[in-house]
Amino acid sequence: MSAATNIDGGGTLAGYNFAYLDEQTKRMIRRALLKAVAIPGYQVPFASRDMPLPYGWGTGGIQVTAACIGQEDVLKVIDQGADDTTNAVSIRRFFATTAGVATTERTVEASIIQTRHRIPEKPLTEGQILVYQVPIPEPLRFLEPRERETRKLHALADYGVMHVRLYEDIARLGRIATSYSYPVLVNDRYVMSPSPIPKFDNPKMHMNPALQLFGAGREKRIYAIPPFTKVVSLDFEDHPFEIQKWDEPCAICGATGSYLDEVVTDDAGNRMFCCSDTDHCAERVAAGEGPGAGESR
Amino acid sequence: MTRPLLSVEALEKRFTLHLQGGLEIPVLDGLGFSVRPGECVVLAGASGVGKSTVLKLVYGSYKASAGRVLVSHEGAPVDLVSADPRTVLDVRRRTLGYVSQFLRVVPRVAAIDVVAEPLVTLGMPREEARERAGTLLDRLAIPERLFSLPPATFSGGEQQRVNIARGFAHPYPVLLLDEPTASLDARNRATVVQLIEEAKARGAAMVGIFHDEDVREAVATRLVDLTAERMAA
Amino acid sequence: MSETPLLRVEGLAKRYGALKAVDGVSFDLWPGEVLAVVGESGSGKSTLLGCVAGLAESDAGSISYDSRHDGIVDLRALSEARRRWLLRTEWGYVHQNPRDGLRLGITAGGNIGERLMAVGARHYGRIREEAQEWLERVEIEAPRIDHLPRTFSGGMQQRLQIARNLVSRPRLIFMDEPTGGLDVSVQARLLDLMRTLVTELQLSVIIVTHDLAVARLLSHRMMVMQRGRVVEAGLTDQILDDPQHSYSQLLVASILQG
Repeated sequence: MSAATNIDGGGTLAGYNFAYLDEQTKRMIRRALLKAVAIPGYQVPFASRDMPLPYGWGTGGIQVTAACIGQEDVLKVIDQGADDTTNAVSIRRFFATTAGVATTERTVEASIIQTRHRIPEKPLTEGQILVYQVPIPEPLRFLEPRERETRKLHALADYGVMHVRLYEDIARLGRIATSYSYPVLVNDRYVMSPSPIPKFDNPKMHMNPALQLFGAGREKRIYAIPPFTKVVSLDFEDHPFEIQKWDEPCAICGATGSYLDEVVTDDAGNRMFCCSDTDHCAERVAAGEGPGAGESR
Repeated sequence: MTRPLLSVEALEKRFTLHLQGGLEIPVLDGLGFSVRPGECVVLAGASGVGKSTVLKLVYGSYKASAGRVLVSHEGAPVDLVSADPRTVLDVRRRTLGYVSQFLRVVPRVAAIDVVAEPLVTLGMPREEARERAGTLLDRLAIPERLFSLPPATFSGGEQQRVNIARGFAHPYPVLLLDEPTASLDARNRATVVQLIEEAKARGAAMVGIFHDEDVREAVATRLVDLTAERMAA
Repeated sequence: MSETPLLRVEGLAKRYGALKAVDGVSFDLWPGEVLAVVGESGSGKSTLLGCVAGLAESDAGSISYDSRHDGIVDLRALSEARRRWLLRTEWGYVHQNPRDGLRLGITAGGNIGERLMAVGARHYGRIREEAQEWLERVEIEAPRIDHLPRTFSGGMQQRLQIARNLVSRPRLIFMDEPTGGLDVSVQARLLDLMRTLVTELQLSVIIVTHDLAVARLLSHRMMVMQRGRVVEAGLTDQILDDPQHSYSQLLVASILQG
């Protein structure tokens, strides 16, 4: 590890507590997490700390991860599905440095996965924790700017306005055009924003064996979906919820069932579609899958 | 003899004008009369003696200072002076009609619907009510092309006839007539007289004010002279 | 005639510090009845309306309402959840300023459809059909269904607000100076529309207005308020044609000419 010179005998950065946050702060966050797990989809306020990175870069997710992580954990961090983007690399390094934990790019090996904008393609399993970085936790904000009022609407399950939002989509564009942060109803009670994941990933939240935790640093909110919880995407009977589809498979691994990114390949405007989940894609290629071979044909 | 449908007993009315230092204007003192089915009682007396006031007191547009106005409503007498507003409204809907000279028009309602409204309010299907309204308007010489227009644009005489049609649309057991024939031509006056005769024939009890002597002669079963009543009291 | 009032208010009071904004007001409202509350500004009529509709807390008295599902309920003791449920199912509230009663950033169709969606309608096509029908009833041209209300004239906004309220087939409508900010010609059209809808739908209405002509056209009964108290109550035509209380006489004399 390149930061080895700064690391003390315990494997962590000198002068800092394990995983950066002090233990009292972690306790405070854990209490919020417990409450969030007990009331699926409910936004629990917490005393979000200043972190050594700007708002919008995952301050909420990092605090949740820091409160959950132990020495035995193996951490994976993804940004837009990729393990190798700046944000993902920095956060992974942050925990390697401050907690000395093992990190990985492989979904199956990770016990904690911190994510921005995606849920891994590989189904998660019991015991895994998925930590979402959330910019705007309040799904009702679109129609109701007053926090006092949105809290009341949640308390009373007065959710007519959520469908107004979808109605407006159809009225203006002929279909529900919301493609990310697509609102869901959790455990038949709370309407929740799933953070800016593509709606493609919404069905993965439903009855997921993993624990899903959401942290919003700037907005100071934590919420959760416990394992095996019902999560339903809002829709209309005559305009049912649908996920994105692509006309072609991944140009690299040939997968047809994964979320694809459009990548411009040269100055002439040529482009290709390939998996946004880099680990999933690499694993398939290693297993001998590709555009010419395998299941997707 | 049959029982009266309308009895006015010891009716008193004073106006108190608070804006003029509580000035009291006595108008009626101890008026009494009753009207039986098939009767048309005509209020007589010099102008300013309070004939219209009596009709308004009976209808409840004016609040009586004392006395009783008993109307036989759905088989039982109701005192409109002491009844609560809701009861008075129900009596007006079903039992007590009022035909004034002036039509209080609602801006955009068609003439035929103005006439049909009292029937619709009582639950008659709109088409049936319109049919009856049409027949009445026709008798009162309102041309059919005007039926669907709001009466606000009609001439004074036409508005008055729409108002008469409205007053006679529902067969009220008790009817108050406040100069319904004023400013009508001979033909329409005759129609109104006919309508009043038909109401008598079906057993309605009516109280009216008529300036036109011919009409008064034609419809009055008897006169109540308010000048005499006031003196007597 | 029905035997129980839809709404019964007894001894209602509301203070703002030393000011008695509503001071011991009692009245019944029966099904299908339109009650006008008149008085000059500051007489407490809007505060009374807010207290009865539960938008403001009252300090004393009782308000009982005969609800469709739960029978007679005490509104002052009702949970906020139930009260809000009533507000979007059995009641309507038409604000003087359409900005308070409409979502200006949402299309006309969305504004009308919101109440339907709030009570569980989940079929876009049917919601839209119903919104269309209501636009027609309040005389707004069909293509405007996808327009934002901020592009509407004041009269149209007010008609849209009425449609938004009536779509859930309420029984009781609260109206606070609904014709307040409108031109006279626009007012006439709105009044006429309200009158028709009230009769057709057999609505019970409490309408607060300082305009006695509005009260005469729409209401069966009237309450005259002065300094938080009802100084006179009765049939609308009786109060307007033969007002008894000195304040009512002043109101009638100063507003109704001819």
